[in-house]
Amino acid sequence: MNDFRLPLGDLAEGFIDVLTDTLGWFFAIVRAVFLGFYDAVEFVLVTPPFWIVILALAALAWVLKGWKLSLGTAVGLLVIVGVDQWDHAMESLALVLVASAIAIALAVPVGIWTARSDLASRIVRPVLDFMQTMPAFVYLIPALILFRVGVVPGIVATIVFAMAPGVRLTELGIRGVDSEVVEAGHAFGASRGRILRQIQLPLAMPSIMAGVNQVIMLSLSMVVIAGMVGAGGLGGDVVASLNRIDVSLGFEAGLSVVILAIILDRITGALGAGRGRRIRTKAGADASGTTPDDERADAAAEAEREIASPRRAPMPTGA
Amino acid sequence: MPEHHSTIDSRSTNSTTGTNNSSTASASTASASTTTGTSASAAGTTAPALAPARNALEVRGLTKFFGRRPAEALERLRAGATRSELAELGTAAVIDVDFDVRQGEIFVVMGLSGSGKSTLIRMLNGLVEPTAGTVTVMGETLTGVAPRRLRGIRRKHVAMVFQHFALLPHLTVLDNTAYGLEIQGVPAAERRERAERVLERVGLAEWAQKFPSELSGGMQQRVGLARALAADADILLMDEAFSALDPLIRREMQEQLVELQQEFGKTIVFITHDLNEAMFLGDRIAVMRDGRVVQIGTAEEILTDPADDYVAQFVQDVDRARVLTAGNVMEAPRALASAAAGPRAALRAMRDLQTSMVFVVASGRKLLGVAHDRDVLRLVRRGERSLDGAISTDYAAVGPDVHLSELFESSVEQELPLAVVDDEGRLLGAVPRITLLAALGNVATDTSELQVLQMPATVSAEVMTATLRETAASAPPDTPLPVDELALVEGSAS
Repeated sequence: MNDFRLPLGDLAEGFIDVLTDTLGWFFAIVRAVFLGFYDAVEFVLVTPPFWIVILALAALAWVLKGWKLSLGTAVGLLVIVGVDQWDHAMESLALVLVASAIAIALAVPVGIWTARSDLASRIVRPVLDFMQTMPAFVYLIPALILFRVGVVPGIVATIVFAMAPGVRLTELGIRGVDSEVVEAGHAFGASRGRILRQIQLPLAMPSIMAGVNQVIMLSLSMVVIAGMVGAGGLGGDVVASLNRIDVSLGFEAGLSVVILAIILDRITGALGAGRGRRIRTKAGADASGTTPDDERADAAAEAEREIASPRRAPMPTGA
Repeated sequence: MPEHHSTIDSRSTNSTTGTNNSSTASASTASASTTTGTSASAAGTTAPALAPARNALEVRGLTKFFGRRPAEALERLRAGATRSELAELGTAAVIDVDFDVRQGEIFVVMGLSGSGKSTLIRMLNGLVEPTAGTVTVMGETLTGVAPRRLRGIRRKHVAMVFQHFALLPHLTVLDNTAYGLEIQGVPAAERRERAERVLERVGLAEWAQKFPSELSGGMQQRVGLARALAADADILLMDEAFSALDPLIRREMQEQLVELQQEFGKTIVFITHDLNEAMFLGDRIAVMRDGRVVQIGTAEEILTDPADDYVAQFVQDVDRARVLTAGNVMEAPRALASAAAGPRAALRAMRDLQTSMVFVVASGRKLLGVAHDRDVLRLVRRGERSLDGAISTDYAAVGPDVHLSELFESSVEQELPLAVVDDEGRLLGAVPRITLLAALGNVATDTSELQVLQMPATVSAEVMTATLRETAASAPPDTPLPVDELALVEGSAS
């Protein structure tokens, strides 16, 4: 009895070994692609003087939400410049953007697939649970083996960790589209592809945008962890301060992460809300379309999202 | 007098075998056209029945079973099992339904929630795949075809209006209206123009650039209706289309629908749980219960001749005054005199019937007026040969399609029975007050012999007889047509 032990760990190790042996070329390609992608984004963010980037982000905030967010963005970014974390913050931002973009590009199609097929939904759900709850550090180990030290294992670990809410909220959004409206599409002779493009995706957009927001927030929280495998950026500073018990560096790096997180959250939130203003998941069955009803619907949708994605980006406390 | 309420046997629709419904329909048409009684106008109101139109929709043995082992369930249903007997296997939503819908007809499927009507309508355009049976739309079989072909049939032949409107909230009213055309691949400019035309027709032209959420419920459903009309399909399926609207708007929409139907000539299959709505809209109505069609017939047939207790119970709360028409309830005019036959014949008729008035008709049963016994008596005593002097036009006449609700006022003001005349002024029948009351109270006037005294005679029979005898010598040898014969002659003429 005492000798009995499930060799799951050995199995996982063997699996990774097999992967490296047989698919080494594949991971090399992935590494090259991700690295190229990251370098391009990083180049755009780091090369110009800081005030140009700040102006660009403030302008984006203005367009999407208004002057308040714009001002907040500018002030927040200036604080980062003030604590001399600008370059690292931009490296982290590049990492977040690249990882989120790839995660969303994977999550939305998977979400559509699971929304259309109950079988797919049943298969994917436990996988998502696994991806979301497995301690994020654990992903770093195989990522390190497969992609070597640098930003790429950080990106890969971030994608795996951050993808789940994107899939879930896409599925939820599409399944939540009023079935009568989808039926109307069928009744007028539209094909499934058209119904997806013209009815389901537009109507699920608020939910999908909430998913995008969640993916970005989770990516950011992963930045610190990615710093442990040499991804650099703010994560690198946090790890360094941890090793040196350097409170001041830790606080400054941590604060920069928080500022980035708030800016990204508000901007992507505005993206979802702006589009969702006119679009409702349920076609207005209530004719008068009264505001209290809308608020209730919004609250309900919000609650659904909470359920779908219980782990809202944990803010890393740098200190 | 012969029995005038012809009993149309629509009970046969109750049985589950195939072709009964169409035969019932034709039987009712046939019997209706040969009698002058109630059903004559019943056939008249369902005018399409007479046109040799091909069926827009043919449904045969349609069954939908939700659950495990559909084959077994189907077998048991065919053997006559009811819904509750199959409860452990699943739900038999629709069981062995047959009907035809003629072109240009409004066919209403009525039943309480859970009776299977929503599943039924969704099988008519293939949104729900039937377990058994066939649906043929404009000659094209819909069941068991490839998805691509099914989509083609939907685009061309069947449009649908939904209970909760099902508009696309991210598109403008105009784009919503043009949605069906867009799917059909109509070029942008043309579909815009066609959509604008239909929007204009439903009175929403100035709302074209608004979004559905900015419209009231009634307006949103108008957009739903406009979308279906713009798609220019032959058949409109309407699934509880007005149930989500408040009563005033609903009434308005019903009237507009009837108007639009006459204008566009669409075939409409309308689902409702509201019997008054069914009676108002339906040329024919199918009553569903527990997945089966219990009765198919016109509103009048269902009201006056329910197939079973369930239907009878269902219709007992209907506002009969708004469904039944003068033509439905009128009696054959017993007191009838031909103007050509002269005053002696008129007086004799009044004496025989113990009444104080007769309707005077010319050849072709054209109503000239009424004659009262005193006036006729005077003419007979004077030895006049023409009845003209006694004819009074002091009577109220109504058309056969007038609803009972509109008869009350005339009936109160007018002591005489209301004359029911057709467009050419021919006398079809009469509605005495007591008939009006009997019709509202659902008293079966065709089974019990109701004493329908029209107007009690003001001159006694003895006086009349005496007068006739006294004047017999001087009078010409008149040969008045007996009343019954008159009726027969006119019956075949109409």
